[in-house]
Amino acid sequence: MTSWPILPVVAFLPLLGALFIMAVRGEEAVVARNARWAALWFTLGTFVVSLFLLFGFDPSSPDFQFEEKAPWVGGAINFHMGVDGISLPFVILTTGLMPICIVASWQSITWRVREYMTAFLVLETLMIGTFSALDLVLFYLFFEGGLIPMFLIIGIWGGPRRVYSTFKFFLYTFAGSVLMLLAIMAMYWSAGTTDIAVLIKHAFPPELQPWLWLGFFASFAVKLPMWPVHTWLPDAHVEAPTAGSVILAAILLKMGGYGFLRFSLPMFPIASHDFAPLIFTLSVVAIIYTSLVALVQEDMKKLIAYSSVAHMGFVTMGIFAGSMQGVAGGVFQMISHGIVSGALFLCVGVVYDRMHTHEIAIFGGLVNRMPIYAAVFMVFTLANIGLPGTSGFIGEFLTLIGTFKVNSGVATFAAIGLILSVCYALWLYRQVVFGALVKPSLATIMDLTPREIVTFVPLVALAILFGFFPTPVLDVSASSITALLDTYSHGLTLKAAALIAH
Amino acid sequence: MNDAQVFPALLPALPEIMLALGAMALLMIGVFRGDQSTALINWLSIALLVLVGIVVLQLPEERLVTFGGSFVLDGFARFMKILALGGSAVSIILVSRYLQTERQQRFEYAVLILLSTLGMLVLSSAADLIALYLGLEIMSLALYVLAAIQRDSVRSTEAGLKYFVLGALSSGMLLYGASLIYGFTGTVDFSGIAKASSAGGVGLIFGLVFLFAGFCFKVSVVPFHMWTPDVYEGAPTPITSFFAAAVKVGGIAMFVRATISAFPGITTQWQQILVFVAIASMALGSFAAIGQRNIKRLMAYSSIAHMGFALIGLAAGTEQGVRGVMIYMVIYVAMTLGSFAFIMAMRSDGRNVENIADLSGLARTRPTMAFFFGLLLFSLAGVPPLAGFFAKFYVFLAAIEAGLYPLAVIGILTSVVGAYYYLMIVKVMCFDEPKGRFEPMANDLRLVLGASGLFNLLLCIYPAPLIEAAGTAAKSLF
Repeated sequence: MTSWPILPVVAFLPLLGALFIMAVRGEEAVVARNARWAALWFTLGTFVVSLFLLFGFDPSSPDFQFEEKAPWVGGAINFHMGVDGISLPFVILTTGLMPICIVASWQSITWRVREYMTAFLVLETLMIGTFSALDLVLFYLFFEGGLIPMFLIIGIWGGPRRVYSTFKFFLYTFAGSVLMLLAIMAMYWSAGTTDIAVLIKHAFPPELQPWLWLGFFASFAVKLPMWPVHTWLPDAHVEAPTAGSVILAAILLKMGGYGFLRFSLPMFPIASHDFAPLIFTLSVVAIIYTSLVALVQEDMKKLIAYSSVAHMGFVTMGIFAGSMQGVAGGVFQMISHGIVSGALFLCVGVVYDRMHTHEIAIFGGLVNRMPIYAAVFMVFTLANIGLPGTSGFIGEFLTLIGTFKVNSGVATFAAIGLILSVCYALWLYRQVVFGALVKPSLATIMDLTPREIVTFVPLVALAILFGFFPTPVLDVSASSITALLDTYSHGLTLKAAALIAH
Repeated sequence: MNDAQVFPALLPALPEIMLALGAMALLMIGVFRGDQSTALINWLSIALLVLVGIVVLQLPEERLVTFGGSFVLDGFARFMKILALGGSAVSIILVSRYLQTERQQRFEYAVLILLSTLGMLVLSSAADLIALYLGLEIMSLALYVLAAIQRDSVRSTEAGLKYFVLGALSSGMLLYGASLIYGFTGTVDFSGIAKASSAGGVGLIFGLVFLFAGFCFKVSVVPFHMWTPDVYEGAPTPITSFFAAAVKVGGIAMFVRATISAFPGITTQWQQILVFVAIASMALGSFAAIGQRNIKRLMAYSSIAHMGFALIGLAAGTEQGVRGVMIYMVIYVAMTLGSFAFIMAMRSDGRNVENIADLSGLARTRPTMAFFFGLLLFSLAGVPPLAGFFAKFYVFLAAIEAGLYPLAVIGILTSVVGAYYYLMIVKVMCFDEPKGRFEPMANDLRLVLGASGLFNLLLCIYPAPLIEAAGTAAKSLF
């Protein structure tokens, strides 16, 4: 074991950075420059430290690693952090995307830069905390706390309808989460502890499980988001600044999927099994319906937001299939979607910085003046579709196989959604990039700057690398997922045994 | 020799005696030296409150009983006394700032606050109906005067009159309830009532309802809340802070002790009342606050909702529940005092402003002020990781344990509605364009706002001491 607390350092280094930036004083231009650099260095530093987690991680063990425990609230509620193969990829995704977000905001954020960078760093701490918390109350603290910085990021630096969108975002998510809080309390009384590592092994009474499951479902379904509570997402995306959209799509949505994996499946196996048809129905509706809705969008960000909802449908479908391929595919799909959708929002940000709009009709023929941009955008469009050879394919393929074994009808419908995703993604690409460059406003548009290329290089590389060589992600999570599914099936056999006994 | 002839032990009541004598002495100083002694009296009052607080902490740890069992000093009483003393001291700081900015010399403020605080201390220790009524009236009489202390202001006199008439009515109801309880149980002593009440009976429940009506009025919960917005708006701001913080502590202390120690036998009966009162207060407070434009009225509705949340813990009727109420009150007092320090600092062009719209763009004109008030607003909304979350967490935890699921679900959903109006203020401060610029904050207000903001922000790092202290104190009631 390592001697220094890597995980808390990773989680709280950004917070330290936030305090540091808040202390920066001086003229506005100087403060802005210092805040940008400080934020970049702190996020890069966090990323480097998080690599220690990755290299020190033992993928063969399904247990929680890098555990840190300390007395906190008193009673059974302690400060407990740790990562396993399911949470580690998300932690790395967060720390890796953060510097990219900072760089992407370098020039597009011109006012109240210090506050902006502070909000992002605080948000990073809360996101990493969410993925690495091993105590329910601590988890809730991080999970909900993330609302505050995001509320401010959309509300202060957002577009024209930012107030409506940020309130919708906050209140939807808050309403969902408070129900989860009640479920957490009920779990505390039922099990006598809030330690996640213990609760995973705890068998909750079968009659209590549906209620607890529904409490968590209310929170994660809104967060993920699942149809029909997804309506906050397009609004939030359209109004959020570019980096805000990236974080929202790439990481905040994943908290919902992570929550299903961490809580719903292992702790309430019976309820998860019983409610699986509900999840399948909602997932299929999400995949097909939101894909159709995406087809008629006139705003690039809205289109990508609806496509996110559809892709998250694959994730929930795979997770609740309860098979090895399904769950592993769900995890992979979330990581892949984090990279791809984050990059797509960055692509939108590139043209937004130049034209100050993300309306599709404004653009057309960009390939003529922006060849590099067109190439980058193409990679991510194809990855979003799930073309073999990109990371998107692996996730969708695995979730479909996993689901097919359990419920072939659901998998068939979901596969239809894949065709629709080709329709809207290629349509978007054609409208924006191809055709003749006839619009006079675009006549002087410039291709990617070196700064923008730097932000895209790692994402392009990962999207293609994981398409051909997905083992890094799959290997890290494999043994944890196996353990998770053991717990899940064990819970189900308990129920079967109880039924026989009756 | 029977009990009545023995001179009662005075040690348990030492804090009250000190406070009473000190208040009277300060009143004398004020009367003989006139209004120019105001600053001196304010500071001496704070010193007196601190001294009394130290005495409370120094008294022997065990449960002390005196005056023939009508006065108890236990962990619960200590906890609530310290809280009431702290709330009063901060209110006096706000009063002295208020007098300085208004260029007034009025020593009565501090003395009246001291006398009212004396009532709260008695209330926290009252173990029979007589002592309870005595404490209540000591507290309330001073409050009637305080509400109307701005004699030249129509709003203030209206507030005072309204508060007095309704307060007298509620005292009457409380007394009527107490006499019914006495009639049906034959005793005024809480432990005696507890023994007799396990038999139940309609008459006793009738008395209980009237008693609760009086309690509900004092902590301003639905359906006895009507006075709150007018009094909050009409009274001078530091007095409003006193009404919102310390007075609520006294009210809740009496509510909790009387309910838990006198009526444990008929829990199911009073639980229904409390569940209704809590739900109605949370809902009314949350929905009515949405339409408010004046920040003091908004705080009034917010305090109604918060008392509803606190009563969830009492409705549970368990040790966990009482612990939840106590944690709630500590955090509530901290949030409220900070908020009122902020409201007092809302000054532009040499006068106080009270409209929420006046805050627009504050995050750019006065970023530090906006930051701390923003923290308090998120805390009031109960968003983690701020302290307000822990307050709600422990009352709801108790409600879930007691199996009050509908109450918990409705309560937690109204907290989402509550979040809306707190966020509206954040929106005005952070998202809107600046209009004017407030005057710089006075140092003492800065101290109160800063301390309250930091408490709310940093409690999440290590909340164990507060939780444990409340847990030990709650144990003493059971």
